[in-house]
Amino acid sequence: MPKPKITEVLDTLSSRKSVKYGMYSTAVIVFFALILLPPILGIIIKWNTMQQVLIQPELTSRALNAVANSFIIALFVSAIDVAAGIPMAWLITRGKSKWLNVLDTVADIPFIVPTAALGYSLLLFWSEPEGISSLFGSSLVSPGWLLVTLLHFTFSYPVVVRVVVGALLDYKKEYEQASRTLGAPPLTAARTVTFPILKPSLIAAFILAFSRSISETGATIIVAGTLFENGPAFIQKITDDFKAVPPRMDQLTYEGSLAFASFVLIAISFTIFALIRILGPKLKLPIKKIYPTFDRKLSYSKAAFSRDSVTLLIFFAIILIPSLFVALPAFQAISTETLPNAISGVGIWSEYWQSLILSYSLGAIVTIFNVIIGLPMAIIAARRKAGALPSAILDLLVNIPLIVPSIALGVSLKFFWKETFTFMPEMLLLIFAHLAITYPYFVRSMSAAVERISMDTEEAARTLGAKPLGVFRTIILPLTKYSILSGAIMVFTRSVSETGATVAVVTTLRTAPVVIVDWVKQRVAVTVTPLEIGLGCGFLILFSFMILLALRLIVRGRGRY
Amino acid sequence: MPDVRIVNVTKKFGKIVAVENVSLHIHDQEYFSLLGPSGCGKTTLLRLIAGLIRPDEGEIYIGDKLVNDVPPEDRDIGFVFQTFALFPHMDAWNNVIYGPKVKGFDMEKATTIGHEVLEMVRLHERLDAFPSELSGGMMQRIAVARALAAGAKLLLLDEPLGQLDAKVRNELRYEIRRMSKDLELTAIHVTHDQSEAMAISDRIAVMKKGKVLQIGTPKELYMNPQSVFVAHFIGESNFLEGYVLNENNNEVLIELRGGIRVSVTNKTLTKGERIVLAIRPEAFIIEKETEKSKNAMLGFVERVTFEGTNIRYEVRLENQDLVVIVKPSLVGEWFNTGEKIILSFPLEKAHVFAYPDVGLREEIAVE
Ligand SMILES: Nc1ncnc2c1ncn2[C@@H]1O[C@H](COP(=O)(O)OP(=O)(O)OP(=O)(O)O)[C@@H](O)[C@H]1O
Ligand SMILES: [Mg+2]
Repeated sequence: MPKPKITEVLDTLSSRKSVKYGMYSTAVIVFFALILLPPILGIIIKWNTMQQVLIQPELTSRALNAVANSFIIALFVSAIDVAAGIPMAWLITRGKSKWLNVLDTVADIPFIVPTAALGYSLLLFWSEPEGISSLFGSSLVSPGWLLVTLLHFTFSYPVVVRVVVGALLDYKKEYEQASRTLGAPPLTAARTVTFPILKPSLIAAFILAFSRSISETGATIIVAGTLFENGPAFIQKITDDFKAVPPRMDQLTYEGSLAFASFVLIAISFTIFALIRILGPKLKLPIKKIYPTFDRKLSYSKAAFSRDSVTLLIFFAIILIPSLFVALPAFQAISTETLPNAISGVGIWSEYWQSLILSYSLGAIVTIFNVIIGLPMAIIAARRKAGALPSAILDLLVNIPLIVPSIALGVSLKFFWKETFTFMPEMLLLIFAHLAITYPYFVRSMSAAVERISMDTEEAARTLGAKPLGVFRTIILPLTKYSILSGAIMVFTRSVSETGATVAVVTTLRTAPVVIVDWVKQRVAVTVTPLEIGLGCGFLILFSFMILLALRLIVRGRGRY
Repeated sequence: MPDVRIVNVTKKFGKIVAVENVSLHIHDQEYFSLLGPSGCGKTTLLRLIAGLIRPDEGEIYIGDKLVNDVPPEDRDIGFVFQTFALFPHMDAWNNVIYGPKVKGFDMEKATTIGHEVLEMVRLHERLDAFPSELSGGMMQRIAVARALAAGAKLLLLDEPLGQLDAKVRNELRYEIRRMSKDLELTAIHVTHDQSEAMAISDRIAVMKKGKVLQIGTPKELYMNPQSVFVAHFIGESNFLEGYVLNENNNEVLIELRGGIRVSVTNKTLTKGERIVLAIRPEAFIIEKETEKSKNAMLGFVERVTFEGTNIRYEVRLENQDLVVIVKPSLVGEWFNTGEKIILSFPLEKAHVFAYPDVGLREEIAVE
């Protein structure tokens, strides 16, 4: 088979040291210049403005309070996620019913629904007269901390289930069987063997849930009500104050508050992640204590049955039905004027469609950029191309954007770019912000995939005469095809859902979740009807779902993301 | 002090019948092997006995107790996995005393048991090492010690030596047998290595495609294989095809391919039946061409391989069949490549089987 000329040339080039190092160092430089340094420098640039906040004790304590709320909810929700996610993952992987496949797919739904739509859906279900509250005559859960907690539980739970399911599927069941043959009832076996072995995955699941919770902005604003504030809601509110005509806040206080809240969010986030990293491996699960009779009682069919029932009940009543409740007004809208209006793009709908197009093109652009700049980085991290220690440090640094609350990231990015390039186009700023937020997701999933390819395979290809790029084309790419796609799906969904960083960096451009958040706010003033919001959410969900379904079909039967 | 009775047990995985209507009785304190080629259902049968999976049909008794519905933790068994399955998050010592601990024994008793079993497997150093830091042989000892510490009377071993290199394997196989005899355990040992099974077993069940073909002592299986497959799988056999020309009392006259006629002792064959004759390589008698005796076949030596203890001849018969003959190298005379010889064999050393329905090649294929 004659090789096309161009790949031949590239293959040959790729074996030159200078080309190889050139490519890898470009990836590293891009990472530092676009992803890692701007947010850090952004805060430093505005360091002095924080003075302005510290001299106003009331504002300081309001900001600190809001930040504290963010972390309390994130820690609480992640803990509950893990506790509730384990039985669900167990049921999905170990149950025997045919329906589990369906359940497995359904468990991803809240994950796929963009969070702004999810927030509105929950608001309708828990507090509006149309929802569950209709059974009680009054609002069952009013907007506020409880609803925010429910919301965060809803969108982070599927993430935890996904991670734990993956871990359970990879887990060698023989350990558990060995434990059983040595006399341990099922619960003891799970407690003393399975979960201690899976501990790293449980910690990873906790961290993922945690980072999603501290970053979530759009949906949180929708369900927070007027009194409750967490970090992102605080930043959003003072931004509204500043932008109001006439402004309710001067520029210096505004920038100071942003810098202060962002800095505290980032600092505490760092501390918590560092603590998890250091203490996590030392964390002892309760494996020392053995309770033979108690464990036995809880192990067998009756107890297992009630455990499964409670798990399913929680899933359907607290996660699934509230997530999909928005379908109700969306369907109602279909039989009214709203649908034709929407389709012809009349009034508010013209902006809606523009925002939808913006959201999806932004998602696509960010995904493509991620693949281009993330792949070489993933290979560096997985193959220790930069030497053992620098590669390990890079690996660590790559994860940093993951633990920075996205609104704080957006705030400092804006500080940096506006300060350095005054004429920076807003679209570019938006792309940079989304890139910074999604970059770790892609690099992580890719580097894990590359690590799974044994070095032997690669070396075998080299001994057979493949040049480095040839190895990449013929070995790494085909073997990681699925991971590239699943990484891309993750990046895309994350970008489409992202509200915090978006509102932080842009003033005129509006993405779909931003528009929905706005609509929900204006609903009080009756400029936008509930049916319209419902339909808006419905379209957003529908299109996201279709895109994901299309991507999923491409990798049909090749596992999960 | 359990014996194990398996009665008409069947286990299917979807369409695959992994174990088909198997019945076995393994005696108390016996060292019993399940032997067969890969995929024949040995592991499945062992896991059925352990209770890790449940039979679709049939009953399993341990001692006198029907255990079909008893979970593995209540069967008082010790299971040694092929990959050992040592708990990676516990050091060697904690692996060993895991059984006593989950059974609710106090620490003092668990410690005593731990030291006892470690004494048995003769391992005293590196107890604070984690499994990933241990050599294969040590992991194997820890795996056995862990199974013993749980107080098992029935030891189930799934290819316990499969992961070890040849030398360690040969040493450890006798040790496992010794331990199980010292502790008066019943042991069921799964292997696909016939020499391993022959070396250590009291009795062996030879399995193929989910069925037990023959049960017997190593000697019985070797001397009296009851099927072409067992003749092939246990030791080595030459297979010659032919049909029954004539029968007379117990002596049957057979014509092999190419017109060679031999007679053997057999009661069940009828005239005209297609057969396979199995002869062990060492059962042949080789003579110079000049002499002639009963069951003699003409051939010439195609290849000679010196193997140390033995010399191995590949001899082409007149009918173009190739037979392998093994002779002790220090006894008798040697023959050279190209030499014409006469082969014969004693009547009672040849086994005659009806020609397998699926064909000879297929019948002895081990996949
Ligand atoms: N959990 C399972 N699900 C589906 N099929 C299985 C399962 N376990 C075993 N089988 C099938 O049952 C048959 C018997 O398998 P088994 O593991 O018992 O063979 P074995 O004799 O132990 O082979 P080996 O020597 O390779 O270990 C095989 O065809 C195997 O593919
Ligand atoms: Mg096996």
